[in-house]
Amino acid sequence: MRFVFKTSYDADISLFKHRAQAVWYGLLLLLVLATPLYFVAIGDAYLLGEITGILILAIAGMGLMLLTGHTGLPSLGHATFMAFGCYININMLGAGVPWVIAFPLSGLIAGVLGTMIALPVLRLHGVYLALATLAMSMLTSDFVVIAEPWTGGIAGAAVPDINIFGMEINRYSTPYKFYYLVLFVAILLVWFYRNLLRTPTGRSFTAIRDSEISARAMGINLTRTKAMSFFLSATAAGLAGALFGHSAGYVTNETFDLVMSITLLLMIVIGGLGFIHGAFFGAIVVGIIPVAIANGRSFLQSTFDMNVNVPGLESALFAFILICFILFEPMGLYGRWLKIRTYFELFPFYRKDMFKRQKSYLKTDRVQ
Amino acid sequence: MNLLEIENVTLRFGGLVAVDNVSLKVEEGEVFALVGPNGAGKSTIFNLISRFYDPAEGSIRFDGHDLLKNSADHVPSFGIARTFQNIELFEQATVLQNLLVGRHRHRQTSMVSNIIFSPKTYREELGHRAAVEEVIEFLNLQPYRDKMIGGLPYGVRKVVELGRALASEPKLLLLDEPASGLSVEETQDMAFWIEDIQTQMGISVMMVEHDMGLVSAVSGRVMALSDGKELATGTAAEVQSHPAVIEAYLGTGDISKTGTSRT
Ligand SMILES: Nc1ncnc2c1ncn2[C@@H]1O[C@H](COP(=O)(O)OP(=O)(O)O)[C@@H](O)[C@H]1O
Ligand SMILES: [Mg+2]
Repeated sequence: MRFVFKTSYDADISLFKHRAQAVWYGLLLLLVLATPLYFVAIGDAYLLGEITGILILAIAGMGLMLLTGHTGLPSLGHATFMAFGCYININMLGAGVPWVIAFPLSGLIAGVLGTMIALPVLRLHGVYLALATLAMSMLTSDFVVIAEPWTGGIAGAAVPDINIFGMEINRYSTPYKFYYLVLFVAILLVWFYRNLLRTPTGRSFTAIRDSEISARAMGINLTRTKAMSFFLSATAAGLAGALFGHSAGYVTNETFDLVMSITLLLMIVIGGLGFIHGAFFGAIVVGIIPVAIANGRSFLQSTFDMNVNVPGLESALFAFILICFILFEPMGLYGRWLKIRTYFELFPFYRKDMFKRQKSYLKTDRVQ
Repeated sequence: MNLLEIENVTLRFGGLVAVDNVSLKVEEGEVFALVGPNGAGKSTIFNLISRFYDPAEGSIRFDGHDLLKNSADHVPSFGIARTFQNIELFEQATVLQNLLVGRHRHRQTSMVSNIIFSPKTYREELGHRAAVEEVIEFLNLQPYRDKMIGGLPYGVRKVVELGRALASEPKLLLLDEPASGLSVEETQDMAFWIEDIQTQMGISVMMVEHDMGLVSAVSGRVMALSDGKELATGTAAEVQSHPAVIEAYLGTGDISKTGTSRT
C-alpha cells in the first residue's frame, strides 16, 4: 500500500496522485505513440484502422460519460449529436472551409444545437430524459432524409479528405497519420476532461449527480449547470461524429441510428460509469467484440468445419455481456480493475465489502 | 442588528398548514434554536429560507435582501449555509470534494478557464484548498479527508455536512437536527463546535434540535413550535416551563426527555 504524504495543496490539484502514477501514464503514452511501428513492421494497417475506430468511439464515449457518468443525466440520443458534427463538418469542408477550422466548429455547433434541443427536456428526470432523447434518436434518420441538400439523404454523402496546411490525411491511404490525428484529439479531450473534474465546473456536475437538493443549497444553478454539461457532452460527440465520418468515408441516413446511441450508452456502462477510463475500456470492448466474433467464426469454420452464421449473434452476445455486467459488476470494467489493484496493494488485508456502496440513510424525494 | 427577519409567513401543503403565520428574528452573532414535536414545521421553515418552497403569505429578509425575490441557488450567495435533517452529501465523492463544493459561492472562474486549467483557475483552486483545509483542521476530519462518503459512519457524515456548510464561510448557518443520531461524545463535540462557530468565527446559527441539553448549552433564544404555530419564545428554561409548550408535548413525553425520540 502506498501512503501519499501531502506537503502542499498541489498534491491534490495536480494531474497525477504520485510520481509512480505519472510514470505509468507516461509509459502508456509511449505505447500508444509507438503502436503504429508494429503495423509498419508487419506491413498491414488493417488493425490500426480498428484501433483508430476504438479511439473515435472513446471520444464519443467521453462525451456521454460526462453527461451520464458525471452529471447523472442519461441520454439515448448521442448518435444524433455525432450526426450533427459529421454533417456540419462535411458541409463546411465542401464550402471550402479549412479542416482546422471546420473540425472544431462542427463540434461546437453540435454542442450548441444539442443544448438547444436539450433545454426543454432538462427538467425531466431519469427515465423521462432517457425517453425524450430516445425519441430524438429515432427521428434522426428521418431528418437526415428530409435535409437531403446537406446530407445526401438516403443516397448518402461522401466525406472529403482531411487537409491540414497541405497535408492530406485519408483513413486508407495514410492510416498512420489518421491514427495520430485521432489520438491527438483523444488525448487533448482527456486533458480537458481531467481539468474539468479537478475544478469547480466538474465538481458542480458531480454534485448534481449525487444530490440535486444539496447542489442547489450550495448555490449551484441546476438548469445552467446541466445545460453546460449537455453542451460539452454534445460537443465531444460532435467531434467524434466528424472523425467517424472521415473514418467511414461515406455516411447515409442509417449511419447514426438508434443502435449507435444505445451502443454508446452500453459502452460507458460496461466500461464503468463515472470514470474517464470507463469510456476507453467500454470502447475497447465494443470495438473488440465484432473482431472476436469474426475470428471465432473463421476458427470454428477452419478447425471443426462448423458454420456458425447465426444472424444477430453480435447483438445477442453484446446484450448478454451487458446483462452480466449489470448483474455482477455495476462499477464496470474499471471498477473491476480498481478492485484487483486494491487487492494486491492491500494484500492480505482486502475485505470483500470494501467497495460496497452503502445504502443512503432515509433517502426520500422530500426535503427534510 | 437583525440578520434574518421572517414575518407572518404561512405555508400550506394542500389542506395542511405546515407553517402558520410565524414571525421570528435571528440577530447577528446569536444561536437561535427551534424546538417542537415532530411535524411542527421546523424543517419546513428551513426549506422556506432556502427558497425550496414559496410561502403563501409573509416576507423573509436576510441582511438587507428580500429572499423571496431570489431563487434557491442565490440564497447561499448572501451568506446562508445549511445542513439537512437526513444528511444530503455527495455520496460518490471524497470528503475533500464535498467540502470544495461548499466553496461554490466563492467561485470566480468560468467553465472555459477551468477546462484549460488557466493560471487563474490554479490560483483560485489553491485558495479553495486553503479555506477547506482550515475547516478540516477545525472539525478534525483529517483521517477521512480522502475517503469516499459512501463508506463513512453516520456520525462522521454529520460532521462532514457541517464542514461543507462552514466551507462556504456563511454569515448564517442553518443546522437541522445536528445532534440527531449522534452518541453522547459526538453530541458533546457538536456543542463545542457550535460554540466556537458562534464565538470565534462570528457566524450566527439557527438550529433545529430535539436534544434540550444541547439546546440549553449553546443557544441564546429558543422558539417552540407546534402544528406550524409559535408557542413561546425565550431562554431554553423559560420555553421548557411554558404551559403551552408542556401541553404540546403531552402524550409525547416531557420536553426535556425528547432528545431520545427521533424522526
Ligand atoms: N413536501 C411536503 N409535502 C407535503 N407535506 C409536507 C411536506 N414537507 C413537510 N410536510 C408536512 O409538513 C409538516 C411539517 O413538517 P416538518 O417541517 O418536516 O416538521 P419538523 O418540525 O419535524 O421538521 C408535517 O406534517 C409534514 O408531514
Ligand atoms: Mg424536521
